[in-house]
Amino acid sequence: MRPARFALHRPTSLREALALKAEFGDAATFHAGGTELLVALKARVLQYDHVIDIKQVQELRDIRLLDDGTLSIGSLSTHHVIANDPLVRQLIPGYAHLSEHVANIRVRVAGTLGGVLCFAEPHADAPTMLCALDARIALASTTGRRDISAREFHVGEFATAREDDELLVSIDVPRQLPGDKSAYRPFGHTERPAVGVAAVWSPQGLQRLRLWVGAIVAVPAPLLEAQEAAERLPPDASFEDVWQALESVITAEAEKIDAHDDLHGGAEYKRHLVTVLAQRALKECLK
Amino acid sequence: MSQTNGTIPLIRVDISLNDTERSVEIEPRELLIDVLRERFRMTGTKRSCDVQVCGACTVLVDGMPTSSCTTLCADVHNRHVTTIEGLAYEGRLDPVQRAFIAHGALQCGFCTPGMILAVKSMLSLYNNPSEETIRHFLRGNICRCTGYVKILEAIKDLVQNPLSFEPEKK
Repeated sequence: MRPARFALHRPTSLREALALKAEFGDAATFHAGGTELLVALKARVLQYDHVIDIKQVQELRDIRLLDDGTLSIGSLSTHHVIANDPLVRQLIPGYAHLSEHVANIRVRVAGTLGGVLCFAEPHADAPTMLCALDARIALASTTGRRDISAREFHVGEFATAREDDELLVSIDVPRQLPGDKSAYRPFGHTERPAVGVAAVWSPQGLQRLRLWVGAIVAVPAPLLEAQEAAERLPPDASFEDVWQALESVITAEAEKIDAHDDLHGGAEYKRHLVTVLAQRALKECLK
Repeated sequence: MSQTNGTIPLIRVDISLNDTERSVEIEPRELLIDVLRERFRMTGTKRSCDVQVCGACTVLVDGMPTSSCTTLCADVHNRHVTTIEGLAYEGRLDPVQRAFIAHGALQCGFCTPGMILAVKSMLSLYNNPSEETIRHFLRGNICRCTGYVKILEAIKDLVQNPLSFEPEKK
């Protein structure tokens, strides 16, 4: 299979990329790693007259620490680059670990974080963890810039809050507090997660635990009852104490998730995975 | 302003293919695997799943494993591409190829070019990969014959005894 015919554009600046998109409108798409887009173009699920390859836009590649402690990850950063980036490994090692385990090495080398977020396949790893980390998503178009919470970015299966003329510029992870630990654990028999659970344990934070589940429904969702139960736990609680307090709450909350049978597994199986993966993620945070 | 009704200009792609400078005029939509197999007649690169899951079409782009079935040929402009045809040096097989042969780490051979190129890349990234690293790195290369045991044995032997797989001097 090969894609339908298209004209290829290779802008070298963000300004030029946005201008091309504004010119061609919905007849054009942005192209980065191609790991999602090319599969869809080959299957003719998507078809565009114009493909705007943004890989030469250097300003989308930086991973840098801002003055307020925010870690800003350029949207063109590949999973492989993120997994090996010294700042990511130092500040959010749990996210580096996630990046090192996305799909396979070829996907990690080509696939970008911006791409996986914009494609919005529900069975992805990054969105769940970015929700737990309360990241923000920066978008740009010819008419301006804005940023929105990662928790509001995904609005449905293959659907995001990004307007068609906007380009995802960066993913901004707020400063971690001393003692914050984060971990993500997925499981699935394909290269995509059937279910993934992300946990952020924050001894000094306003919220003790952020616990998000992804892939099981269209967009990542917090386990609100588990988070509330965790508020009553001391900041230095052991994993055993935390799990004793939360296991039944998580299991009961997972039972209520509106999961469906699909090629990733039965609904009951996926609900079961929520508890198993929450345990693994929490154990990693509190080890 | 659709251009698809008219003609879309061909684009020129310059590739350092197995250390030989090559140029090719292509349509922007052409995939790397098709250019390798049909233009350059390098058919060692195999198409199988066509969705970057199986690893049979793996080539190295600037030394990193790449699914040529899901890569635009235009995206390798001015880059180094290595296929299985480029591994032997002056007619002598690469140590990874020699290790696979010594261990019988292949049966039908369809996955082997991609498998060997993935191993080649892994050894450039890791000096002394553990079995866990090997398994993790090769997770995306599927073999339906061997059950992977002999592949793992070949790689572990190569890692532990690299000198025994050096090509003989001519």
